[in-house]
Amino acid sequence: MASQAERYKSGVMPYAQMGYWDAHYTPKDTDVIAVFRISPQDGVDPIEAAAAVAGESSTATWTVVWTDRLTACENYRAKAYRVDPVPGAPGQYFSYIAYDLDLFEEGSIANLTASIIGNVFGFKPLKALRLEDMRIPVAYLKTFQGPATGIVVERERLDKFGRPLLGATTKPKLGLSSKNYGRVVYEALKGGLDFVKDDENINSQPFMHWRDRFLYCMEAVNKAAAATGEVKGHYLNVTAATMEDMYERADFAKQLGSCVVMIDLVIGYTAIQSMAKWARRNDMILHLHRAGHGTYTRQKTHGISFRVIAKWMRMAGVDHIHAGTIVGKLEGDPNIIKGIYSICRDSFTKQNFEQGVFFDQDWAGLRKLLPVASGGIHAGQMHQLITYLGEDVVLQFGGGTIGHPHGIQAGATANRVALEVMIKARNEGRDIWNEGPQILAEAARWCTPLRAALDTWKDVTFNYQSTDTSDFVSTPTAA
Amino acid sequence: MRITQGAFSFLPELTDAEIRAQIEYALGEGWAIGVEYTDDPHPRNYLWEMWGNPMFDLRDAAGVMAEVIACRRAHPRIYIRVNAFDSTRGFETTRLSFIVNRPADEPGFLLKRHEVGGRQIQYTIESYATKVPEGRRYE
Repeated sequence: MASQAERYKSGVMPYAQMGYWDAHYTPKDTDVIAVFRISPQDGVDPIEAAAAVAGESSTATWTVVWTDRLTACENYRAKAYRVDPVPGAPGQYFSYIAYDLDLFEEGSIANLTASIIGNVFGFKPLKALRLEDMRIPVAYLKTFQGPATGIVVERERLDKFGRPLLGATTKPKLGLSSKNYGRVVYEALKGGLDFVKDDENINSQPFMHWRDRFLYCMEAVNKAAAATGEVKGHYLNVTAATMEDMYERADFAKQLGSCVVMIDLVIGYTAIQSMAKWARRNDMILHLHRAGHGTYTRQKTHGISFRVIAKWMRMAGVDHIHAGTIVGKLEGDPNIIKGIYSICRDSFTKQNFEQGVFFDQDWAGLRKLLPVASGGIHAGQMHQLITYLGEDVVLQFGGGTIGHPHGIQAGATANRVALEVMIKARNEGRDIWNEGPQILAEAARWCTPLRAALDTWKDVTFNYQSTDTSDFVSTPTAA
Repeated sequence: MRITQGAFSFLPELTDAEIRAQIEYALGEGWAIGVEYTDDPHPRNYLWEMWGNPMFDLRDAAGVMAEVIACRRAHPRIYIRVNAFDSTRGFETTRLSFIVNRPADEPGFLLKRHEVGGRQIQYTIESYATKVPEGRRYE
């Protein structure tokens, strides 16, 4: 590096020379590390592009400023330290950038993201930019609350162990009156589901205001609990225009004795963290619907990988997160989804490039986030769902419950029987991946609702190519 | 009615061979088995009586099965469940729980509604069986 006087001469200088590239840098245990997929404009050197990302996501501006010299600026500069070509994707590079812990406010997703996904995403010298993964140091993780309830405590509160939980989203998502809506909730819970769910866009519309919905839903929840002897729940969506409105709705849900409330990702990181703190204070499970994420997580070249959103949400403190089904109607490559599930559920997530996990991540005792699989799944796929997703998951069959030819209760029963029979068979050591259809057929002999479900949906699959796939396997894995 | 607590209540009652297979699975996972019984099946009664401590040192399914059978002989008319406990860091909780004995007749629960202001109702669930004292229910 030139002398300090040379370095701070007014004018424009490549970011790499300004100190945002250091090939010999070894990240400290306390550094936040981000890996970006960068697609530099034609003619832009990848190392300079990586340095520019480091600069623009930390201290830099486009030109040299003398005021840097009033600070310990070396400390605050993010450092790009490694650039690898993306396998099989010419013009794309994985660039690793380390950030000193002092760059971030404790316990604030908003502050973390204002740097990491701030201005830098509009930076002209890049055609596209995607945040692929982050390593959050234990020192920083310990400043976050984490899931208000967590998988272990949720199961203990519900007294349900050893099998996935079962849910469904009320359909049609819009238009039902509160009384009709409560009917759907009751039938599904009585038939065998553990949870029913408001959809993301059910808030307080002309056809159904929120108080009315909460009252009818809690009648359904309690009546179903009395009918089955089980703890039941309905995710009451408290998403609203302001924090004051959300607190009012959440407090009402609590007064009515609900064990769970729900929010949408679109309320924003700060509102999510506020609701997570509310949920911890009020012994409430907090369900998160990931409405909106597909706008920035799905395409591989630009945006944020959902695995990063899952990490941020575990830090922010929600208890449930929709994380993909693999076999359903929504985007989901098996490898990528497995990586996301690991991030939600592990105490220590191991680096696994095939699954898109770039770093070891010690979760430092943060509680575990329960993934939710929802969207175009049905009882006939039970063996695949359990094989792929394991048992700490909520399986949500909306259409697959409510669309059952014999009614909602029958639909719920079909799903519950399929689930229990498959878990039992798995525990007995049977090869459910291969014998699954036979195991279901055997149960359908004594369970009419299951037989009807299998007959109705036997041929339904969604075999489309995923867009968000692994970069480190030669052949994409098929669902 | 039929109480559907536990992992397998929607299936036909498990045979002893099927119970044993689940115990073998749980032991294979390194979990400790506990047997519990109750005549108060309220959904929020998590404190069923323990048929002894969880059997941390008993790794033999036949031995565990003998305890299940002994508990059933002592309490033939009430609820008995098998729990499997996992002491692994990050879990440290029950990993499997299923009912292995239940009353022939399950009277179920009364849903009591206490109407308060603003259309609100406070709900209480009360087991019909618990109207008589503990130890004399389901007779």
